[in-house]
Amino acid sequence: MNGLIGKKIGMTQIFDEKGNALGVTVVEVGPCKVTQVKTADKDGYDALQLLFGKKKREVRLDKPEELKVGDEIKVDIFKAGELVKVSGLTIGKGFQGTIKRYHTHRGPMSHGSKHHRLVGSASSGTTPGRVWPGRKMPGRMGGGQKTVKKVLVAQVIAEKNLLLIKGPVPGKPGNIVMVTKE
Amino acid sequence: MGIIEDIENTQKRKTVPNFKVGDTVKVFSKIIEGSKERVQGFEGIVIKRTGGGVRENFTVRKLVQGVGVERTFPLHSPKIERVELLRSGKVRRAKLYYLRKRIGGQATRVEEGEGTNESAPA
Repeated sequence: MNGLIGKKIGMTQIFDEKGNALGVTVVEVGPCKVTQVKTADKDGYDALQLLFGKKKREVRLDKPEELKVGDEIKVDIFKAGELVKVSGLTIGKGFQGTIKRYHTHRGPMSHGSKHHRLVGSASSGTTPGRVWPGRKMPGRMGGGQKTVKKVLVAQVIAEKNLLLIKGPVPGKPGNIVMVTKE
Repeated sequence: MGIIEDIENTQKRKTVPNFKVGDTVKVFSKIIEGSKERVQGFEGIVIKRTGGGVRENFTVRKLVQGVGVERTFPLHSPKIERVELLRSGKVRRAKLYYLRKRIGGQATRVEEGEGTNESAPA
């Protein structure tokens, strides 16, 4: 079993076994019901379609597993100390400039400068005579699918279906996230 | 929001050491050196307590050869073995940042007695 659907609950702080403070995100993961089993023979690849609340997601399998429609999968497929990746919809930031969006530098704020938070130079002159594709410019930021990779599972609370993941996870509390094994 | 509170309650220590800003305390913290574990004391004046719940921290300030040294501890950290209250101080502020500007004997002087500030959370 490779992954499950979860819901972001929020962030807090715990102490690990060494006594160090650790910032963690609490994610309610599963139990997920299997709603469809995809096989290599029939569909071209092995996967499971899972249901969590009212949300359906598909999880790819490395090898076929003996699971059938209606089976429930719980959070205990994850272990503390394991590395996972978590993907979800990031918080939408709206139309933002290049400083917030791409971390470009800002111009001087004083000494007669008027080049405060503007885009620098867009491109060269007559040659090439156009703006290179990929130029970092202001625009819509956030609100897209993002994956954080190689994040540590700090703790698994199986009886409450909770996963404590070290560090942040995309999205707001209440958002649906996908937790998959690395 | 009950889920996060439940997790935080499991992280809290059972008996929270009782001290306020302005008190002189000795903090016994565990230090792991290789495979050995020993307890180190840090004695000084509590100059602030910040945060709430499991995230509460406190800062202890002392003078070492005339140089001010401050150390911040998480109140609920399992690395803190115990906190010994040596002297309670009477202060009128929640944050004793004014001690940083003082030099010499003035720097560690806090009037003794029960403080009037209500910095210590329940």
